[in-house]
Amino acid sequence: MSDMASAQTAAQHAAGELGEDTVQVTGSVPSGGETPQQRDAAKTIYEKSKAGRRAFMVPATDVPDTPLDQLIPGALLRKDPAKLPEVAEPELVRHYTRISKRNFDLDSGFYPLGSCTMKHNPRLHERVAALPGNSRLHPLQSDSHAQGALELMYNLQHALGEIAGLPHVSLQPSAGSHGELAGVLLTKAYHEDRGDQRTKVLTPDTAHGTNPATVTMCGYEVVKVGTNPDGGVDLEDLRAKADDQVACLMLTNPNTLGLFDPNIEEIAKIVHDVGATLYYDGANLNAVMGKSRPGDMGFDIVHFNLHKSFTQPHGGGGPGAGPIAVSERIEPFITRPQVVMAESSNGDGPRFELDYDRPKSIGRLRGFQGNYGVFVRSYAYIRSLGAEGLKEASELAVLNANYLLARLKEAGVAEYLPVAFDRICMHEFVLSGAPMKKDLGIRTLDLAKRLLDHGYHPPTVYFPLLVEEALLVEPTETETKETLDAFADAVADILREAKADPTIAQSAPYSTPVRRLDEAAAAKNPVVRQPL
Amino acid sequence: MSEASYPEDLLYHQEHDWVRFEADGETALFGITWYAQDALGEVVFYDAPEVGATLVKDESYAEIESVKAVSDVFAPMSGEVIEVNASISDEPGVINEDPYGEGWLVKVRLTSVEEKDALMDSAAYTTMLG
Amino acid sequence: MSSYTAATQQDIEEMLAAIGVSSIDDLFAEIPEGVRFDRALDLPAGKPEQEVFAELNALAAKNTSADDEVSFLGAGMYDHYIPALVDTLTSRAEFLTPYTPYQPEVSQGNLQVMFEYQTAISELTGLPVSNASVYEGPSAVGAAAYLAKLANGRKRHLVSRGVHPHSRETLETLAVGYGTTMEEIPLSGGITDLAALKEMLSDDVGAVILQQPNFLGSVEDLAALAAAAKEHGAVVIASCDPIPLGILEPPGALGVDVAVGEGQTLGNRLDYGGPSFGFFAASQEHIRRMPGRIAGETRDVDGRRGWVLTLQTREQHIRREKATSNICTAQALNALAGVVYLGWLGKQGLVELGELLARRTAYAREALTAIDGVTALHSQPVVREFAVELDAPVEAVIARCQEQGVNPGYALGRDYPEFSNGLLVAITERRDRAQIDRLAEVLGSAIAAERGAVEVAG
Repeated sequence: MSDMASAQTAAQHAAGELGEDTVQVTGSVPSGGETPQQRDAAKTIYEKSKAGRRAFMVPATDVPDTPLDQLIPGALLRKDPAKLPEVAEPELVRHYTRISKRNFDLDSGFYPLGSCTMKHNPRLHERVAALPGNSRLHPLQSDSHAQGALELMYNLQHALGEIAGLPHVSLQPSAGSHGELAGVLLTKAYHEDRGDQRTKVLTPDTAHGTNPATVTMCGYEVVKVGTNPDGGVDLEDLRAKADDQVACLMLTNPNTLGLFDPNIEEIAKIVHDVGATLYYDGANLNAVMGKSRPGDMGFDIVHFNLHKSFTQPHGGGGPGAGPIAVSERIEPFITRPQVVMAESSNGDGPRFELDYDRPKSIGRLRGFQGNYGVFVRSYAYIRSLGAEGLKEASELAVLNANYLLARLKEAGVAEYLPVAFDRICMHEFVLSGAPMKKDLGIRTLDLAKRLLDHGYHPPTVYFPLLVEEALLVEPTETETKETLDAFADAVADILREAKADPTIAQSAPYSTPVRRLDEAAAAKNPVVRQPL
Repeated sequence: MSEASYPEDLLYHQEHDWVRFEADGETALFGITWYAQDALGEVVFYDAPEVGATLVKDESYAEIESVKAVSDVFAPMSGEVIEVNASISDEPGVINEDPYGEGWLVKVRLTSVEEKDALMDSAAYTTMLG
Repeated sequence: MSSYTAATQQDIEEMLAAIGVSSIDDLFAEIPEGVRFDRALDLPAGKPEQEVFAELNALAAKNTSADDEVSFLGAGMYDHYIPALVDTLTSRAEFLTPYTPYQPEVSQGNLQVMFEYQTAISELTGLPVSNASVYEGPSAVGAAAYLAKLANGRKRHLVSRGVHPHSRETLETLAVGYGTTMEEIPLSGGITDLAALKEMLSDDVGAVILQQPNFLGSVEDLAALAAAAKEHGAVVIASCDPIPLGILEPPGALGVDVAVGEGQTLGNRLDYGGPSFGFFAASQEHIRRMPGRIAGETRDVDGRRGWVLTLQTREQHIRREKATSNICTAQALNALAGVVYLGWLGKQGLVELGELLARRTAYAREALTAIDGVTALHSQPVVREFAVELDAPVEAVIARCQEQGVNPGYALGRDYPEFSNGLLVAITERRDRAQIDRLAEVLGSAIAAERGAVEVAG
């Protein structure tokens, strides 16, 4: 990182060199090369603290003011208070408002982060989640006093089951990786119930890292399956590795290359013939809602990422939710409690209950009933779109991806950033920056950083690992054609610029709150908290 | 960063490790090659084996990490670790700067000296790298 | 066209032409016929925003929220007041709508929040290293057990019966995958039985898992329990309620290696159980075994201070099958609420809140145990929650109280058959003396009525 451009060059690049077609979000850059954001020194809330300031006013002590050490033995009491900041409300609001402006966010700009489905987050969802009947409902409220919540969960279970083509749904897992954990533990329970001890789980070499990590946490050995020249599962390799020690194949379809595996029926047959289960990583479900169902493809267990296909705001890295849908043979083992419907005895209509009486259940994976606030938002989404709207969402997601891919296949881009597998893609696609690196001297990382100066969040970089200098692009259905055109133009501009002077991209970004950060220094001597 | 080089007084393993024999012919230093450190990028962490650990030829005995990658380090020969380069823990970047000198990883009492016959010389290793 | 997409017919035609296909169906031609879904999903038709709002509003209205009754329910989630500024800040688009800070140059706000959050958790727990959040409380306990497994590979894990039942059940579920076994350390007089723990300990115990305060509300003597566990080299894990840590000696100062817990009490809604966040802090020796994201401080090329996700080689996207955890998406927005809430409470406020809770809880415990038919379940020191035993069927008593607009607490018998008529009562700063007095009155009447009903029935 010693070859970074001077501040003066930085100013030129930030201020003047963006193409006319690109979105200008950086505004004017002052002399001296710093944006207003960059001038704002990064101070933490602890550094703004001053003894005696406060925001919280404690309610009056309306009960006997007994000395604390008469209530709790002194040895158990804290000697020195935790060094939390001392600030008044105005400074708290200003501090977090100012630092919020050092984030790029989906509401402000295009965020084609592959595999993450950064679609618009409807604001209705925030409103309904905040209703006191939802947000102020205690998780241990008795079932009879939580009928609305249980009904919503029951309906959501039904909807997700229908979308997956699998009849039984548990909403409990907290995110996709948590759903995977549930799924592999269910697989284990299923095999062990039959007296069958298996040792291995197959994952394609294109898999999300969560798949092999989950497999290890569940006590299985990971066995990688290769990819064929078309980007699908290598059937010969799968046949060779599928034996009676294989518990499960974990698959994403469309896969992480954005390709639908046309051999899915054969894959399912191979896996089922050796008695293994087939697990569907639902990260890419946004491509196929109402078009094809994992259950119909032969999958036994599916996880949903409600924060992806069903548009929970991503929150800077959560919260999400990772419900699972399972087939009949897996159902006895599903997590508990389950929301069930019981006919009322007095003719008042259905009654909803939490069912704990599930003797073969693998048990719990977390506290309470799951991320209910996320369920409310996703349920609102499903009710807003309905069957037709969900299908249309997938169709337009695939249309947008193929259109953006077509634009990026134009001359000036394709020779440097060829598509890794030249087929019709689904909701996302992978480009390889290998020729760009070789011919222009800029890496995928450099392209990504220069995109920041153009006001875009870059696509996912360096994943999937199979593709050299990979760029995984997922536009989603909620972006307009104009946005896709402008993004394609920006990529072309950056490549044109790199042809003339690769150092510009190599030293990018220039207009962001900070520029490239020394990640090696951070890892060598980790400073993970403010010294106080 | 250092320039690419593959010294002729070392023997090489296909997993990009080198061996330097000590004068006694029974002990040796192990390290990773220029190619390995270049592929990995700036090294930020060395997870060293314990002194006394048994190394088995072709098996991983340590891990080296850069910011975004982890690499297993494979034993080019079998033996027992008699010394670990402790200075690397404080300054892991030395693996990048001087992979054949200050960046050595372990000193090993070899248990099967004849294993050296399976290793490559500098020319063969360079050819393998292509 | 839904209101969340914008492709006009003209757009679609132009886009299809650019792609070189004639219809949208052509884009799905790769899906083999046998697995094409050829009917409509069996879901109701979509509807306009105002109608969806009306439907969800009607559903929400069927629930009895903490606004609809005077609630003394706790048992893991608590009805604390959430200051308005938490709502304001967490609903800012800049915090609400980005994802994980993969591009640090445009994620400094998010990363700085993580760093400030990690600092606060480190201060609360007395441990030097905190991650940027995990899912929630019980799964955080499960993640801590996995750290212990990575640290020493021992198979026996001991868990106190005072640990939240959901945490214990989660541990049991995960142990099947971890290849560990769970054994329960009994309670004695409302706290973990130290003598029993010593009996169970040996050098094959990998972890000892405790809770502070425990599920019955008791403050545990963590120092003594941890010391016993350490004699055998076990990793000591404590699941902590963060609010009482304002006045209790932090676990890190008492020999605990890993402190985890449910973060809901820090500025997060009840939300019928989630989303909230789990916190996860550990001693320095475990820094490379931590699960999840960690923000670290560094400089940019121009020398400006900044933050990045650090020690990423631990994580699943790099280390894959050897990762310290499979966690990817965690609870960043909820952790933001947590750090803003802690900033709002401040150094003095957290202590004052803890003191108020301890005094009101003592008052409530006295008021309730003075009722005919109510006895203390234990006499251990408590901060915000305590357990009593009723001389009447607890579920029926709770139902009677709820009819009077008071939710008296949690029926312990659901998880502890040995306390079949136990009641766990939680106090927050929102429950004042008048409400506590009302609880005593309503509970007393309910017990009396229930005993009367039993006598009549008998």
